[in-house]
Amino acid sequence: MTTAITVENLSKKYIISHQPRERYRTLRDVLGNGAKRLAHKLAHPFAKPEDDATHETFWALKDINFNIEQGDRVGIIGRNGAGKSTLLKILSRITEPTSGRIKIRGRVASLLEVGTGFHPELTGRENIFLNGAILGMSKAEITRKFDEIVAFAEVEKFLDTPVKRYSSGMYVRLAFAVAAHLEPEILIVDEVLAVGDIHFQNKCLGKMQDVGKDGRTVIFVSHNTAAINTLCTRGIVLSQGKLEFAGNVEEATKRYLSQSSGSSTFRRPRQLSSGVQKTVEILDCKVYSSDKQDFIVCGEVTNFEIEYIAQQHNLSIQFLIGVYDVYNTCVLFLDTVALGLSSQYLPKSGRIVLSLSEDFSLFPGVYTVNVAAMLHEELIDHIPRALQIVVHGGDFFGMGRWPRGKPLVLVQQKWRVVENNAI
Amino acid sequence: MMEISEELVIEAGRTERHYWKDLWRYRELFYFLAWRDILVRYKQTVIGIAWALIRPLLTMVVFVFIFGKLAKLPSDGVPYPILVFSALLPWQFFANAIAEAGNSVVSNANMISKVYFPRLVVPASAVIVGLVDFLISGVLLGGLMLWYGVVPDWRIVTLPLFLAVAVVAAMGAGLWIAALNVQFRDFRYIIPFVVQFGLYVSPVGFSSAIVPEQWRLLYSLNPMVGVIDGFRWAILGGASQLFWPSILLSLALALALAISGVLYFRKMEKRFADVI
Repeated sequence: MTTAITVENLSKKYIISHQPRERYRTLRDVLGNGAKRLAHKLAHPFAKPEDDATHETFWALKDINFNIEQGDRVGIIGRNGAGKSTLLKILSRITEPTSGRIKIRGRVASLLEVGTGFHPELTGRENIFLNGAILGMSKAEITRKFDEIVAFAEVEKFLDTPVKRYSSGMYVRLAFAVAAHLEPEILIVDEVLAVGDIHFQNKCLGKMQDVGKDGRTVIFVSHNTAAINTLCTRGIVLSQGKLEFAGNVEEATKRYLSQSSGSSTFRRPRQLSSGVQKTVEILDCKVYSSDKQDFIVCGEVTNFEIEYIAQQHNLSIQFLIGVYDVYNTCVLFLDTVALGLSSQYLPKSGRIVLSLSEDFSLFPGVYTVNVAAMLHEELIDHIPRALQIVVHGGDFFGMGRWPRGKPLVLVQQKWRVVENNAI
Repeated sequence: MMEISEELVIEAGRTERHYWKDLWRYRELFYFLAWRDILVRYKQTVIGIAWALIRPLLTMVVFVFIFGKLAKLPSDGVPYPILVFSALLPWQFFANAIAEAGNSVVSNANMISKVYFPRLVVPASAVIVGLVDFLISGVLLGGLMLWYGVVPDWRIVTLPLFLAVAVVAAMGAGLWIAALNVQFRDFRYIIPFVVQFGLYVSPVGFSSAIVPEQWRLLYSLNPMVGVIDGFRWAILGGASQLFWPSILLSLALALALAISGVLYFRKMEKRFADVI
């Protein structure tokens, strides 16, 4: 076996600005600040230059070392902000590392998004060529695989229709089809499988497995531990920019799951807040069991709590909580309007708590939770993947064993037998 | 077992070495981007091609009226519309090209943050798209020349040379603007002003022969002066004279602009994906 990728002491630094309202630099600000500094300097010629307190360095990746052998299928897992995307961006040469080096042997194709460069005005046919070129295919290569791509995407009839008229499913299928027909030696894929219907997702998983089978190296980043487990042979766990584990995939997902039980609380980091005052802002949310533990066990009360701040008292804010399983299927959708909370007094700043009774539980596993706040049918604040909860197995039915099958949810049941009256 | 084609090393500051090789490898992407922009441009607007004709035509009418009829400026013995149009042609190419190239990186932000390719491809293809509009307006000039019975002589074959200078100048200015645009998002407000200002400062509505001799060289610090003079000289035949120092100065400035533009763009390019 030869080594396909060697990563040595890789680090990447970002500079975060703490000044609100400043998403990107403007010439006006730069000139203004420069003038201010110059004036300061003229007024106090011997003063030491002020430290720029508004900027802070942030290491997205710090001293990462690992090797990937040729033919390995490697899953990279980690929570939001663990550095996965940064690592992918460096591997695909979109951004440069601050220090350290990577050696890559073989042609790399990276798929950080499906349909990059798709233009809505162009037809399906035109977009296949354009997207192929963006992903690094030559025109001859695309022409050769054209029919295969079209067949895979199942869009034969709409080839000459502008993609702006496509349904979102068709759009994604076409985009993935182009990408799936890349033939690189190393394929880097970021969570693109979280799209499309189940049928298409399975098709994509199958295609990726094929890619892995003919000796290609695949690097796959996902929150979907189930997909990682079926697709990958090795796993790399990142946590806060550091490498936590590299090795066997089962071991890696286990590490990740044990690590992720801690993310049952979410506190909005300061730099993520946009700085613009929203009518409602979700500050904090968490999930906990009846005894205030973040350890959720099947068959116990589960509480969701959202802390918010609004601009005034008694706005008719609607809070939404969506719970998704590892396949990104929505398992639960909880809405304050349905609960009748809207008729209650809602203070300017406070917390809303939802308790799910012990008669109901999610099946043991990992779930992600999205929270959102709406006002008059308009989405005001939205935190995707705010929480990741692990539901641990418990004795839900109080009978010491599990029922058959692998359902999504468990419900307490009352059965009766009714005999048909004999004629 | 597959053949391993190459080994790549990623390190801070390392992209330099294989950049030009990569640029060659991505030449097809360059064609495709230009092709996309042309396709989209003429698909999106109903009047598509007409727009490329109407704009220079209306500008010409206004200029002929103001400079030719009201100000009664000399036209070196050629019909005033032809005098104006032969200058409008390179000027509009230059103006469109720097505006399009300047915005190209920001408007392709999504692609830049998701896929690797030499970023130089994006503004370069935007400049090439400008050439298509140039060709369309060129047909219009041909029509005008037929109408007025102006026949070009052998000098017309030198036209591609002056066009090349215009392309080089547009590329240089476009690269500067594109890189600055990513750095400072309010930079784009300066562009329309520069373009508008340039239209009156460059000898579009009048012949540069009316500029006093002692100021002529200073006037040629605008690289488009040489290009426009060259266009007129090549198209209008005998009537116009070429002021060589001005042409050479324009050429040197266009080259300097292009080289510094490439260097600046290359320097800033590494950070595009982080700040865009």
